[in-house]
Amino acid sequence: MNDTIAAISTSLGIGAISIIRVSGNDSIKIVNNIFKGKNLNLVDSHTINYGYIIENEKIIDEVLVSVMRKPKTFTTEDVVEINCHGGITTTNKVLELLLLNGCRLAEPGEFTKRAFFNGRIDLLEAEAISDLINSKSEKARNIAINQIQGKNSNMIRILRKKILEVIANIEVNIDYPEYEDILVMTNDIILSKIKEIENDIKEILNNSENGKIIKEGIKTVIIGRPNVGKSSLLNNLLDEEKAIVTNIAGTTRDIVEGQILIDGILLNLIDTAGIRKTDDIVEKMGVEKSYNLINQANLIIYILNNNEEMNFEDIEILNKIKDKNYIIVVNKMDLDNKLNIQKLSSIINQDNIVMMCVNQNIGIDNLKNKIKNMFNLEMIETEDYNFLTNARSISILRQCLINITSIYNGIEKNMPIDMVEIDIKKVWELLGEIIGETYQDELINQLFSQFCLGK
Amino acid sequence: MNYEVIVVGGGHAGCEASLACARKGHKTLLITGNINNIADMPCNPSVGGSAKGIVVREIDALGGEMGINADKSHIQIKMLNNAKGPAVQALRCQADKITYPKNMRETLNKQDNLEIKEALVEDLVVEDNKIKGVILENKECIYSSAVILTTGTYLKADIMVGDTRRREGPHGEKPSNHLSDNLKELGFRIIRLKTGTPQRIDKNSIDFSKTKVEYGDNTYHTFSFDTGPLYKIESQVPCHLIYTTPETHKIIRENLNKSSMYGGLNDITGVGPRYCPSIEDKIVRFSDKERHQLFLEPESLYYDDIYIQGFSTSMPHDVQEKMVHSLPGLENAKILKYAYAIEYDAIDSLQLKPSLETKIIENLYTAGQINGTSGYEEAACQGLIAGINASLKLEDKEPLILKRNEAYIGVLIDDLITKGVRDPYRLLTSRAEYRLLLRHDNADLRLRRLGYNVGLIDEKRYQKLLDKEKDIERINETLKNNKITPKEEVNKYLIEIGSTPIKDGITLYDLLKRPEITINHIKKFIYLSSNQDILSQVEINIKYAGYIEKANREAQKMLDLENKKIPPDIDYDKIHNLASEAKQKLKDIRPVSIGQALRISGVNPADISILMIYLKKEYNYEHK
Repeated sequence: MNDTIAAISTSLGIGAISIIRVSGNDSIKIVNNIFKGKNLNLVDSHTINYGYIIENEKIIDEVLVSVMRKPKTFTTEDVVEINCHGGITTTNKVLELLLLNGCRLAEPGEFTKRAFFNGRIDLLEAEAISDLINSKSEKARNIAINQIQGKNSNMIRILRKKILEVIANIEVNIDYPEYEDILVMTNDIILSKIKEIENDIKEILNNSENGKIIKEGIKTVIIGRPNVGKSSLLNNLLDEEKAIVTNIAGTTRDIVEGQILIDGILLNLIDTAGIRKTDDIVEKMGVEKSYNLINQANLIIYILNNNEEMNFEDIEILNKIKDKNYIIVVNKMDLDNKLNIQKLSSIINQDNIVMMCVNQNIGIDNLKNKIKNMFNLEMIETEDYNFLTNARSISILRQCLINITSIYNGIEKNMPIDMVEIDIKKVWELLGEIIGETYQDELINQLFSQFCLGK
Repeated sequence: MNYEVIVVGGGHAGCEASLACARKGHKTLLITGNINNIADMPCNPSVGGSAKGIVVREIDALGGEMGINADKSHIQIKMLNNAKGPAVQALRCQADKITYPKNMRETLNKQDNLEIKEALVEDLVVEDNKIKGVILENKECIYSSAVILTTGTYLKADIMVGDTRRREGPHGEKPSNHLSDNLKELGFRIIRLKTGTPQRIDKNSIDFSKTKVEYGDNTYHTFSFDTGPLYKIESQVPCHLIYTTPETHKIIRENLNKSSMYGGLNDITGVGPRYCPSIEDKIVRFSDKERHQLFLEPESLYYDDIYIQGFSTSMPHDVQEKMVHSLPGLENAKILKYAYAIEYDAIDSLQLKPSLETKIIENLYTAGQINGTSGYEEAACQGLIAGINASLKLEDKEPLILKRNEAYIGVLIDDLITKGVRDPYRLLTSRAEYRLLLRHDNADLRLRRLGYNVGLIDEKRYQKLLDKEKDIERINETLKNNKITPKEEVNKYLIEIGSTPIKDGITLYDLLKRPEITINHIKKFIYLSSNQDILSQVEINIKYAGYIEKANREAQKMLDLENKKIPPDIDYDKIHNLASEAKQKLKDIRPVSIGQALRISGVNPADISILMIYLKKEYNYEHK
């Protein structure tokens, strides 16, 4: 609990300056490890220092680093703030580097919590903080559950199972050394299994869907029934921001068709062609197509017509998107209200409704603010744990790879298998941290279900 | 008559508990249902084994008796996992079932301050939630300041064979019928557990030519750090290995519904041990396995019983006959004792403090199977700790609580009081997170000082520890201070032993870090005046330094949390943001530290944060 924590403390955007805050005993030492410039261990307190963040001599970003020694800091611990210039990708990279070098990603509200524990904040505020932690972790739990259904979590589960089988086998060899019928694990057998696991981890890292969000922007889809104003909204957003609309092939899996930059937040619009070509995709392709888009998207903008009652399909889609990042645009405010807003609010979160009249340019700012809030990192910490777990997951996966290197070292040095197992167990525990699974009992269960043992 | 401590039960827990109390100078009474069954081994004839062998050494390091007694009483001994790393090696011996109890009884009889009485205890004398003594079957009261219950499987014991259930203990003795009801009345939650034991076969009716012989080691070993070997390598008695046959499996499948556990009896509530299933369990659960390993283990030099390890069952006698006769070499075997399953009462171990004192009744301690564990070694170590802590409490001193990074005993007790027990609990190396630190070879270095501090290790034995520590330090220094240079003869030797030549000077310390170099190779370069025990200690610490450091780092994280104590009077209902599952668990278990709280399943890190904020607010709790 006295470890050093780090987090991005400004909004997530391209071109903007982002600040990463680091607090704890080793904060100066850790930042100095990845900093090229003055030796931060030696600089005066409360100074700003110019230099570069580097990884293996390679420059990652040009930065200003504020060094503030305890006790006169927000948390009363040693605090370092890194002003990054290079946008989302590099800021995230710097954060990853910090995590790799021994920082832990701060939990929601943790800087404040530390400030409180160290006497910086009045006791009266304690309850408020505990409320905050409670609500944030509740959200985190919900999202964790959603994530567990995701593809990556599933891959991690399969991976953990693979590792667990190896560990259980080694454990059985240790606890029941005289059972001749059980395969005796050797370093050679392990080597091929670990290679397999290493490849899997590398693949997950490459595929990390969340990593993509930050690197490549927020995959956004605009959907709604015919004539609700989808193409008007699209054109409006594009004109406003004077964004470049291209038809470039993005990744192999999906086609990025248009990019919009809202105050540094990059939206990648998908299926703009669908909107442009015809205004009745829902009719033409059916609800199924909408579901497909919803599943691919990080942000769903769903448009309803103020002048029409919701139909069965609307409700079905609303129910489908309510667990994702979404904004409901109620368009055509200038016409008579026939839409039952109350009914709408009972399905989705009222806060996510934006009233608009796209043709008259009313409500555009509200929509943009909504998007900014949704993807501002401070808000993300509270509302979308995906982004937190993203940087965290990546750094944990990297740590797994480091531990796999020590497994190889141990095998090469011909260490006894139970020593090598220490590092294998570490990988398993680290992967467990990503999906929030605990350790001990799981192993014991595996032991007794995988092997037949007894007196 | 008044005693300071009464120990109820003369099994392995009871023996250690009463010896510890008496040795610490407290007037102790051991009450047992049958004096002839003191230190009895009703199941397998072995002491030690994986993890358990390390516990025996820990008991010895702390001043307990099991290691010394096993050294006096075995007919075979071997080091398990010899080919693996030092952290997982452990001793196991085949103890003689006549000699072991006899030797233990002699030790008890010779012990000052200790009396032994044959009687059944049926109730406790409790005043103001404090123990005052025990009430015997004949209503006689015996008073004492502390009571340690080590009742084993004798609480409402039921022996089950086929479709019959009889209320009796392992040797057909009278069980205690009322004590568990009375404990329930006092507020203890009673759980029902089950275990079993295999048949005993007449040695003379077995054709050993159809078996594979398993010998003891041909190097000397002792459990105790103080006794030299008391046996001759060549006099060790072997065990024998056989396998079940397709015929055995057929018989079991055809008669499955006659087994008590598979329909013979329909009123079984006890939960059996997962690590120790009956042969019918193995055949049902692992139906694809064509054969199962069985060990034929001699029970004693003084009678002819052979124990069939791996063949525990609750089939009726006629089916058991067929099963046994289907085994190779046992076609004409004579069964001396039939296998049986036994069901018994235990208390919920979550109702214990880390000292093994119960939370409900002050100065009442419990140890062994009554706490839901299984195994002689698990019982003995709890008995020792309960005895030590009952005594320390009488002396107005802090209890001895071993941490998870200090001893397997610490792992066991922490698991009991934090996680509770569903099926009989057996120690496994996999239960210890820091097993590299909890080795059999360093049990004395870990624990002897603690044994000395509580008064169970005398000056002479303590001095041995100090000498050993000094010796280790001295050898370390010697290795660090002596260099070899790339002379021709040096490099020639290195190549000869499969290593690579050196280019620059290197200390012997660094040379030993090479995986292929052992301390015995180093002896070629320098005279090391120490025994092998000390040299291997030095070697382990150098060779596995990286791993040991990792384990120490992890342990330190745990200790930091362990040092954050939770005040005993905390009211969890006042913490309104706690998740309800966490709140319930915390209320039930009442962890003593934040570290323990974190190990409770269902308590999340967010709950811990909320708990800590509350502690800071209400108790001005120090965060660091």
